[in-house]
Parts: sequence; C-alpha cells; structure tokens
Amino acid sequence: MAARGRRWQDTFEERRFLAPLLIAPAVVFIVLLVGLPLALAIYLSLTDATAGSLSGEFVGLRNYLDAWDDENFRRALRNTIIFTIVSQAIVLVCAGFLAHALVRNFRGKWFLRFLILLPWAAPVALSTVGFLWIFHSLYSVVNWTLTHDIVPGSPAFYPYRALNWAFARDFWPSAIQITPIEPIDPPQWLGEPNLAIAAIILIHAWRIIPFATVIFIAGLASMPPEIDDAARVDGATGLKKFWYVTFPLQLPIALVALLFGIVFTATDITVVQVLTQGGPFNSTQILTTWAYATGINGAALGEGAAISLYLLPPLAFVAILMLWFARKVEVT
Amino acid sequence: MARRESLLSYLIVGPFAIVLAFPFYWMLMTSLRSDNDLYNIENVPYKFNADSPTLANYRFLFEETDYRQWLENTVIVGVVVVGITLVLALPAGYALARLSGRWGQSVGVGIFLTYLVPPTLLFLPLSRVIADLDLNDRLLSLILVYPSFTVPFSTWLLMGFFKTIPPELEDAALVDGASRLGALGRVVFPLSVPGILTVVIFSFSLVFNEFIYALTFISDSETRTVSSAVPTELIRGDVFYWGALMAATLIPAIPLALLYNAFLNRFIAGFTGGAFR
Repeated sequence: MAARGRRWQDTFEERRFLAPLLIAPAVVFIVLLVGLPLALAIYLSLTDATAGSLSGEFVGLRNYLDAWDDENFRRALRNTIIFTIVSQAIVLVCAGFLAHALVRNFRGKWFLRFLILLPWAAPVALSTVGFLWIFHSLYSVVNWTLTHDIVPGSPAFYPYRALNWAFARDFWPSAIQITPIEPIDPPQWLGEPNLAIAAIILIHAWRIIPFATVIFIAGLASMPPEIDDAARVDGATGLKKFWYVTFPLQLPIALVALLFGIVFTATDITVVQVLTQGGPFNSTQILTTWAYATGINGAALGEGAAISLYLLPPLAFVAILMLWFARKVEVT
Repeated sequence: MARRESLLSYLIVGPFAIVLAFPFYWMLMTSLRSDNDLYNIENVPYKFNADSPTLANYRFLFEETDYRQWLENTVIVGVVVVGITLVLALPAGYALARLSGRWGQSVGVGIFLTYLVPPTLLFLPLSRVIADLDLNDRLLSLILVYPSFTVPFSTWLLMGFFKTIPPELEDAALVDGASRLGALGRVVFPLSVPGILTVVIFSFSLVFNEFIYALTFISDSETRTVSSAVPTELIRGDVFYWGALMAATLIPAIPLALLYNAFLNRFIAGFTGGAFR
C-alpha cells in the first residue's frame, strides 16, 4: 500500500508531468482571455457585425478599406504616430538627464524620487482629470501663471510676454510658432486643435518619464565600476565618455524602455478619452478612441474591430524587436 | 568634487520633480479650497482665500456621492483579481523557472508577449462576450477579465524571481526526504515573500488603473470602479465639482505611489527580464 502511494507520488513529482501541470492553468486562462478575444476581433473585423450580435455576414477586407476611406481614420492614424513619436522623444531626453542625476547619492534623494514617480503610480484616468482642471477654459492655472506678475512687488514680470517675445514671431516654422498670448483671451488648451494636441503629448510624456527614468537608472547602476575607471584612464570624460562608453553600453536597456513607452502610448485610450474624447472636431482622435467611437458609440462592431487591428502589425514588430534584444542581452 | 556633483544633481532633479509632481500639488490645493474661493477669477489660485482651507470637498465627496462605493468596488475587484493571479501565476512561474527546459523558456516568453496585447485591441470583442454571458453591470465581468493582463506580467516577474533562489536549497530539502511540495512550502515559499508582495501590489495597481474595460462593461453608477467612475459620474454636463473631483483623484494616488516606491527595484527587474538589477 505504502509502496503504491510512493510510486504515485514519484510520477507526480517527475518533471515531465509536474511542469505542464503547474503551467497549464495559466496558459489555458491566457489563451481563453487573450488568444480567443484576439481571434474573435480578427473574425469580427471581417464581418458586418453590429453591437446587437456576435456574428454577421462575411465581408472580406471591406471594413479595413471603409475605415481607410474615412478622413477621420487617417487623421487618427497620423495622430497616433505623432503623439507616440514626439512624446517618446521628450521622454528619452528628460529621462536620460534625470537618470544620470539620480544614479548618484545625495541628501533627500528618496523624497525627490518619490515626487518623480508620482505620475507613473497614479491611475491615468484620475491624473488626466487633474489635467482637465489644469487646462480649464476659465480657471486654468497655466494661463493664470502665464498672464500674471510672478514676482510681486518687483518691476512687473509677466511670463506670457517672454513667451510672446520668443515664439510669436514670423520667422519660426509654423509648427512651433504660437499666436501671441493675450491676457484678455488666454489660450484655450482643450478647445483649439493644436493646443489640445500639445496637451495630450505633454501628458503622455509626463506619465512615461518616471518609468523610463527608473529603467535607465537600473541600467546605469548595473555598469561595472571598472568601466568608469578604464574610461578615466583613457581620458574619456563628459560628453566623450557618454558618447563612446555610456551610450553604447546603455543602448539595449534604453531600447527596452523606449519599446515599452511606444506600446503604452500608442495603445492607450484613457488620456484622449478623458481629456478631449477626440475633440475638438475629431482633431485629436487616435486609433483607439476612433475604434471606441465607431464600435461602441456607433455600434459598428466589425469596423471598430478593424480600426483597432491596424495597431496589430506595429505591435507585432515591437514584440519581435524585444525578443531580438532579449536574446542579445542574454548572450552577452 | 562630491559637493559640486550633488549640487548638479539638485539642479537637474529639482526642476523635474517640481514639474512632474505639480499636478498632485494642484489637486491638493484645489481640493482644500471652498467654492467661493475656487470660482472667483480675481483670486490668486496659489493662495487660500475666502473660506479656505476647508475639508468641505472631502465631506461632499464621501457623503453626497457614491465615491465610497466606487472605492469599495475597486478594492473588491482588486482583492479577488490578486487572488486569481497568485493561484495561476505562482505555480506557472515556479515551474517555468525550475522544472522546464528549453520549451519552458519559449512558453515563458510567449506568456510575456501576451502582456503586450493591449486591452484596447480586445475590449470590442469582449464587450460582446460579456453581454452574451449576461455579465454587464456586474463586478464579476471585471474579475473575469482583469487577470488577462495581471497573469502574464506576474508569471514573468515570478519566473525571474524564482530563478534568483538557489535550487540547492530545495535539493537539500528533497535529499532530506521532503516531497517537492513540502520543499516548496517550507523552503521556497518563505524566500519568495518579496516576489509575491510585488505581484500583489503590481496587480492591485493595475486594477486601479484599468479604464476601458470598466467603461465598456459597466454603465451603472453604483457598480463602477474609481478609474471609470470619477471621469464619468462626477463630470456631468456643465455641473462640475472641481474641488471634490480633485480630492477624488488625489486619494488613490498617494498610497499607490508609496507602495510603488517601496517595491521599485522589483518592478524594474520584471520589465527588464531580470537582466539588469
């Protein structure tokens, strides 16, 4: 009796059986809740299904073509690309500076790091509501600060004058030139297409900077100190050291941060949905909000699925890049 | 030299910290101001003016709105989802780290890749499935779907974590006559408490963060979670309760940020595959 019990246990403990047994529940769950819905999304995008039902007539690629023919879709696609690239460029530069400063030890570092991490830890939907108030049409603190004397008692200094002096000039290309700011008629951040786009890009950069910074810090901290010494012996300092030593060594980990940042920004719906809902006049629609507007509000489930699936090829590309880097990091 | 370097750090980090934390400072300021103070264009917004500071907005939020209910809903969903996540991810992470060979590596990477499939790709088909299962307007719909993004990342994180525990410890226990499960319970589990806590906190904060599923599956005010309720229920037409709104956004942010800070290094290890620590 005891021997039989023992044998059963042996079989159970054999890796061949135990490993799949422990892994299977997680894999089954993921297949059911990620794999199947993804397949369902692809199926729906090939049919004319509406919100009322899960099936429809097979229509081939018509949803994809119909979506493409809509001017709003093309703008949404363009916005998705612009928001992602510009915000991630800002993130890389800021996180680079921050990580180099934060990797050293200094007094009060814990508190400063806490402040810097806040945007990443707070729920996005809620912090975006905070930005609704910051960019409010009447009570915007940004506008108040721009159009009021910020050094009370001294000769008046109004920040908006400095901004007007610097940027409201004809010789700038139109992308960075601003219309002069007037205290009577302050900028309507969420009411004007260009300003709303700028606000969205800033919010995305704001919330990804902490994430990129901590990953950069981890990368810098993992550099062996011998490399520092070797660089010093060879006379590489400052910018030279950054370009020839730090940058190449940090490239793989920086790319990991960048790829995550791209995925987080391009596939996000929360910021735009809460801040502008794609407005004013659909000028800030992105693929995800346009898919929501089409599939949920417009009840065209098939076309909505098709719109969101335009995200799949770039995502697959990013995934392949990540795998490639993971392998490269493992080898070295 | 050292002094000059730390001064440089302050000069770089200081301004960034001010800009990045400003929205939270502003939420706090706004939440403490009275309506008389808030909606008077003549007032300096950086100062407390008429009837301020006051806790009236917090009182309003907890007594006149469903905020308490939303917090409760989110915590309920969070606790159950964390439980499901641990039940699925702990054994899988352990097995992938220890018991499987080459194919385990591929399965691990495959599981991680599903973390890259965003909810924004899946919410449309899932909205139909949830409706067909008659789960609309029920927290059960969220409890069912949320592990789809907590399990992949948690499995990956735990896999990396178990790899850092020397297998010799377990082998020693096995030689001493313990069964594998016994070795797991007595040797491995106590050592993996930090990893488990990381998964708990990470999953919980993802639940607090989730927006699009909650928005599409639930339209009943009393069943909403915090992230989907605050932007929809507290912003109604032209009536804005900005003071209460800012209190509502600030309250979940602070504890989440404190927890994040405490477990920061483990999150980083998760995102970078444990290659950099």
